[in-house]
Amino acid sequence: MSRTGILDAARPLAESSVVGRLDPRTRVLLAVLFALTVVMADNLASLTLALMAAVILAVLARLSPRQTLRRLLALEGFMLVVLALLPFTVPGRILAEPLGFAASAEGLAQAAAIALRANAVAVAVMALVGSMEVVSLGCALGRLGAPERLIHLFLFTIRYIEVLEREYDRLRLAMRARAFRPGCGPHCWRSVGYLFGMLMVRSLERAERIDAAMRCRGFTGHFPSLDDAGSERPGMLDWGFGAASCAALLLVAA
Amino acid sequence: MAHIPDGVLSNPVLMAGAVVSVAGVAFGLRGLDPVRVPKVAVLSAVLFVASLVHFPAGLASVHLLLNGLAGIVLGPAVFPAMLVALVLQAVLFGFGGLVALGVNTMDMAVPALLAGGLFRLLWRDGSSRARASLLGAMAGGGAVLLTALMVALTLALSGREFIAAARLVALTHLPVMVIEAAFTAAAIALLSRVKPEMLARPA
Repeated sequence: MSRTGILDAARPLAESSVVGRLDPRTRVLLAVLFALTVVMADNLASLTLALMAAVILAVLARLSPRQTLRRLLALEGFMLVVLALLPFTVPGRILAEPLGFAASAEGLAQAAAIALRANAVAVAVMALVGSMEVVSLGCALGRLGAPERLIHLFLFTIRYIEVLEREYDRLRLAMRARAFRPGCGPHCWRSVGYLFGMLMVRSLERAERIDAAMRCRGFTGHFPSLDDAGSERPGMLDWGFGAASCAALLLVAA
Repeated sequence: MAHIPDGVLSNPVLMAGAVVSVAGVAFGLRGLDPVRVPKVAVLSAVLFVASLVHFPAGLASVHLLLNGLAGIVLGPAVFPAMLVALVLQAVLFGFGGLVALGVNTMDMAVPALLAGGLFRLLWRDGSSRARASLLGAMAGGGAVLLTALMVALTLALSGREFIAAARLVALTHLPVMVIEAAFTAAAIALLSRVKPEMLARPA
């Protein structure tokens, strides 16, 4: 049950990469457009093209290949359950009959299409959006018109995930000092239940202090953003990259 | 586990999920007083951290959904809180698709809302600790069960060929349900003794 910082995943590794220099809004919009196009696309050739485009984006964003592959592996867990059965449940031309179950070509093609789509979107999202600070993602979503309160919730949650992770590590250390080891049984489940119950009590008390401190500073639901780097107009790079990507997406859709 | 990736679900199912989630998030945000935002954020951060803890279960390990507990302590704010958590998981870890965000939010938040509402209907400040843990177990286990059924249903509605997979997905949630029931029972029992006002009124 040990982890290193959750949000470390979102530390920009290489600020100088092409994707890193884009305006956060451009990256969010592109990721959404990419996902929509890929979900609508149907034939295997264009989906393969989309996956290749996603991999190119990942290279441009200088994602760490090992970490990206590890994340994709976690995604494949769900996919395996859904896709392994498809060749046997889609009716069509029979390809093979392992153990007396008929596997159809159509089912295999559909499974391949789904796997391509899911991986293409996951890689593109990690490359475009996952490679930026989550805080700038929040600000970008706000400027793109997401409700202000939702953005506040987003930004506060990000802030406290880090704080609470440290608090969690402290409580876990205390448990380990008392020779607690996670196992498979009610004792472990109950102990971890108490752990998080306690974490909630402590964090709520913390929230009350935060609330008092923020009222002291005149917080009334508005949250002036000091670091307003993204408020300038999108630059040449954004328009250029956007145009090139839209052309590529049209190619995929066609 | 309600991390359906993109490319699996059919368009009508995606649309329905998006409509339900937009309505739920709008409803949750309207009732969310700006000065309560830090409270809701702190609690959803706890739940986010907790959902990353993996429990050993036989050969594999499982992680908790925690939507029952979230529904109890957050109330209607659970809809925006779940959306935030799922956006973070999609972006940071690649869990769950972007277009499927609406369906995934719906599959997590609707059971949470129901579990929280039922819990508050049956629990009173001053209820015994045993009653609190029993209700907690029902809310925790029930919310996971409902989420599993909704994930299965969204899959099955996307095409007849997914029905077998939908059954399998529902079955894999059963061990999670047992662990989550025990976990939520303990957490709620603790809260009912230490900070009952947290259960009486959602953050």
